[in-house]
Amino acid sequence: MNIHEYQAKEIFRKFGIPVSEGRLVTTPGEAREAFSALGSVPVVVKAQVHAGGRGKAGGIKFEKSAGEAEKAAAGMIGLKMKTHQTGGLEKTVHKVWIEQLTDIAKEFYLGVTIDREVGLPVIIFSSAGGMSIEEVAAQSPEQIYRMHFEPDKLPDGKTLQAFVSKALSNADRQGKFAKIVENTAKLFVSVDASLVEINPLCLMPDGGIRAVDAKINFDDNALFRHSDVEALRDPLEEDPREREAKKFDLSYVGLNGNIGCMVNGAGLAMATMDIIKLYGAEPANFLDVGGNATTEKIAAAFNILTSDKNVKAILINIFGGIVRCNLIAEGILAALKNVKLSVPLVVRLEGTNAKEGKELLEKSGVNVIAASSLSDAAEKAVKAVGRG
Amino acid sequence: MILVDRNTKVICQGITGNQGLFHSERMLEYGTKLVGGVTPGKGGTVILLPAKSSAVLTSGSPVGSKGGQTAAGVPVFNAVKEAVAKTGATASVIYVPAKFAPDAAREAADAGIQLIVLITEGIPTLDMIRVKSFLKNKKTRLIGPNCPGIITPGQCKIGIMPGYIHKPGRIGVISRSGTLTYEVVWQLTCLGLGQSTCIGIGGDPVAGSSFIDMLELFQADADTEAVVLIGEIGGRSEEAAADFIRRKMTKPVVAFVAGATAPPGKRMGHAGAIIAGGLGTAKEKIEAFRRAGVTVADSPAVIGETMKRLLESSQRSAFS
Repeated sequence: MNIHEYQAKEIFRKFGIPVSEGRLVTTPGEAREAFSALGSVPVVVKAQVHAGGRGKAGGIKFEKSAGEAEKAAAGMIGLKMKTHQTGGLEKTVHKVWIEQLTDIAKEFYLGVTIDREVGLPVIIFSSAGGMSIEEVAAQSPEQIYRMHFEPDKLPDGKTLQAFVSKALSNADRQGKFAKIVENTAKLFVSVDASLVEINPLCLMPDGGIRAVDAKINFDDNALFRHSDVEALRDPLEEDPREREAKKFDLSYVGLNGNIGCMVNGAGLAMATMDIIKLYGAEPANFLDVGGNATTEKIAAAFNILTSDKNVKAILINIFGGIVRCNLIAEGILAALKNVKLSVPLVVRLEGTNAKEGKELLEKSGVNVIAASSLSDAAEKAVKAVGRG
Repeated sequence: MILVDRNTKVICQGITGNQGLFHSERMLEYGTKLVGGVTPGKGGTVILLPAKSSAVLTSGSPVGSKGGQTAAGVPVFNAVKEAVAKTGATASVIYVPAKFAPDAAREAADAGIQLIVLITEGIPTLDMIRVKSFLKNKKTRLIGPNCPGIITPGQCKIGIMPGYIHKPGRIGVISRSGTLTYEVVWQLTCLGLGQSTCIGIGGDPVAGSSFIDMLELFQADADTEAVVLIGEIGGRSEEAAADFIRRKMTKPVVAFVAGATAPPGKRMGHAGAIIAGGLGTAKEKIEAFRRAGVTVADSPAVIGETMKRLLESSQRSAFS
């Protein structure tokens, strides 16, 4: 789960990571008030969407007067933004964060994430802040320093100071930076984050330090023990199809194509998307109905597909293991009691109770295009949308 | 075969739960030596199983015929330690909910279990890191979490995979996925290519065992002739596997990487299947495999066929 910059900064404040004074606004009028309340010139006006690359898309502006701040906010609110991180989709700006501009002497990068290969959290620190860390890693990897740590045994002050000294020569600042690194690592563990990123972390001319941007991603698997984090979820940031799927505990990701997919298992669901593409069409979604599917859940999944107006054909690919195929058929039939099927439906059932499932569909009189294998299913679905 | 065979004695942690019960029956039906179950507070009870599976149990293990009764069942214990002492089990399969699964794994390791198969999905990543740290200097091997388990066809099934799709043979299968593994196994079986052992290592970012751990075992296993590896987007474990194959493997490997069409930054069901910052794309992984001399299947529908052709061509070259 992702949150907004302003929410991440609120959490930073609680964990002793210094951030600029700011205000959240949802109307241009509030932006004018925020400018006056902050009493500092200039201010930074920042669109709040869950994506990096906002600057290039017109989502970050520096303004010197209340009128300009109001105008900037007016331009951002309602703006549909597309950046390299929005996955080809547009994100509408609903909220704007206005904060005091930070005077910058030097920019650093600080991040904490999971090193999957080592199987430990890792602190990443670099004196090359302000640009994407992937770029730094590609161009000057020697400027990136890493330190792994056990979640319940944070490195001590001395170790942290030695670590930051690699990217920072001034001895009296090392202590301050070490403290911020420690607090960031503490934050990472306490909220079960999958990523905490401060880019840039800025040293100011007066020696102060500020987190100028703030990003926290959370481990979805750990949300059950963080109701306070769950409360930060912004439903406006989520694809309405994804929101509907979540209600039924379905794993769904909206995409841009026109073949709606319903599959059991994440790997097979991805492979089904891949094979649709190989046959020359595009999937409309990723949808994994999971292992504990009930008739209601399948019906809900089917409804999400049929109510998506981009969907021109539906492909159901089930390899029954825990999931029984007859149950899938029952779910489809239950959903079809309430909606009329207006697009071709290709169904491939294999594994547990496949025969029973196929029989149920056949007897129902529903117009089903039966497929005998993965490739057969993909071919038939692609043909159905006129690309075969 | 690797890790499990017809003599492996297995216990099930969480046997009295819905999932535990259902899959214990399937495991017994398959012929797995399931010798006990563990559910705290329910020790001393015996789970009676349907006639068909009981028959397997009584012939395979004496523990069910308690107190002279002929009706066989699986005895339930309060703790793994007790279960191990009474049954001699060396493997445990865990079906307990995500909140309690890490403790269940630690308990199994403490009791001397050598192989833990952790089926549970949805375990927080930091909890898995804590479990891995706990296992560091122990002899216990952990498979999973969020995985279908492990099966040596015709001998021992530990997990949730449908048994009938497998066929005993000489192909090793390793995968990060569940149902995609079934798909591939089914393709192999339909082409007459049986499997030595099939393992799902799980779809989470931090797993107990890696591709490399399993490749090492398959390379050393006399019963395995070739290996199918099914990877997916996210992380760098496929790249690491490719490097290992290039340096250490002499057996032919066929690979497939799922998720070529997945958008960056989105979690595709598996917590591990997310491409962040340009790392972990299918393209990078496929290239790494090709550089290592691995035959990569372009389509998930032709993985079995790709293996068949590879074996035929290596046989031809062996005779020419």
